[in-house]
Amino acid sequence: MKITVRVWRQKKAQSAGRFVEYPVEGANPDMSFLEMLDVLNEGLVKKGEEPVHFDSDCREGICGTCSCVINGEAHGPESRVTTCQTYMRSFKDGDTITVEPFRAKAFPLIKDLVVDRTAFDRIIQAGGFISVNTGAAPEANSIPVPKHASDLSMDAAACIGCGACVASCKNASASLFVAAKIAHLNLLPHGKPEKDRRALAMIQAMDAEGFGGCSVTGSCEAVCPKGIPISFISRMNRDYMVAALKMRE
Amino acid sequence: MNSFWKLVTSSVGKKLVMGITGTVLFAFVVVHMIGNLQVFLGRDAINHYAEFLQTNAELLWPTRIILAVCVVLHIFTGASLTLENRSKRGVAYDVKKIVGASLVSRTMFISGSIILCFIVYHILHFTTGTTNPEFMALKDAHGRHDVYRIILAGFANPWAAGFYVLGVGLLGFHLSHGVRALCETLGLRLENYAACIDRTAIVVAWILFLGFASVPVAVVLQVVR
Repeated sequence: MKITVRVWRQKKAQSAGRFVEYPVEGANPDMSFLEMLDVLNEGLVKKGEEPVHFDSDCREGICGTCSCVINGEAHGPESRVTTCQTYMRSFKDGDTITVEPFRAKAFPLIKDLVVDRTAFDRIIQAGGFISVNTGAAPEANSIPVPKHASDLSMDAAACIGCGACVASCKNASASLFVAAKIAHLNLLPHGKPEKDRRALAMIQAMDAEGFGGCSVTGSCEAVCPKGIPISFISRMNRDYMVAALKMRE
Repeated sequence: MNSFWKLVTSSVGKKLVMGITGTVLFAFVVVHMIGNLQVFLGRDAINHYAEFLQTNAELLWPTRIILAVCVVLHIFTGASLTLENRSKRGVAYDVKKIVGASLVSRTMFISGSIILCFIVYHILHFTTGTTNPEFMALKDAHGRHDVYRIILAGFANPWAAGFYVLGVGLLGFHLSHGVRALCETLGLRLENYAACIDRTAIVVAWILFLGFASVPVAVVLQVVR
């Protein structure tokens, strides 16, 4: 198939960026979107031009490294997939595809489609530790975990931290990410001792990094490749309210 | 470490302020609508109700003060959140497809601002009588404030009636998202309840709209005379 990629090119954070259109001849419908970009880059390298920089790692939708807003949608037109799981069959022959980096002040651009998402790492760090003994594997039944709690916690833990929620939200809010990370520990008995402190610290870190607040539009859950629902944000708000009322920290 | 001020001015803290004040205002709106519907019970019923409200200053003024505080907090916090949130994107997208976000959820600040204008007009029109001073002098046979005739006179002008329908229409629009969002913010919209809360919010918004709009429409259509 023959397509045109209209991609954001920007040398570095300080320089001005612009869209550049590249025809891609060798794409086929079974290629992933990133493989199509690989084809584009091979062509550019052959011509002695700078390849288009983009993030990718596992290419199987579990690492959360790939990003990009494709035709106005984070991770492209299909729901519940990452960019690496978006296939060229989702596009038509002759299409012009606009590819932009994730846009948020808290995700400063590094180069082309690569943005700095280390703000997420700092929020995770602010969450701190859980009180479990290290060393040998613990006896499996020493801490009973209710089925409901473990299921919900696993749903939250499905978050791969890709940042699509931020890219899609009109407020560039990281609420869904932070809510998932808080819930995944706060729901389990192992995470309970630091529950309040964790909720307060991670939300403070989220604000400090420059993410917006939640307006409950639901665009984050719509683009989330792992289908994490915004009910987790409600849970985060509840944890925050309880922690704030206790005011122990 | 966490002072109270720091807790309420965080992004989640501000949403909690929006949610709590929104709940109070929502409760008021529900009571207001039920009060209004008494116009269909006839002149005596609504004038009696109005007299009951106005002669209980011990209830009336605390309610007014609480509502005024909630309105001010709701507006200031809403404006502050809107301004903050708008500044977080940086470079705008060239192509932006709206996914998952309803029109109402994206326009809460605009619908809220227009509702504020409507409330100001409504208070000047019916509460203080600033726009129509003759309203305040109307008395019924028992010497009570004749709210029934005020309503008839107020909506005699189809433009005024139309503006009210528009105002309460926007209120319903605002609340169809507002009720859902306040449940989300106050930590009530958890997994099992989410779908039910979303549907209830829309039904409640329609009930409020139809309840409020029925009065001016009934006057214009001369169902209430």
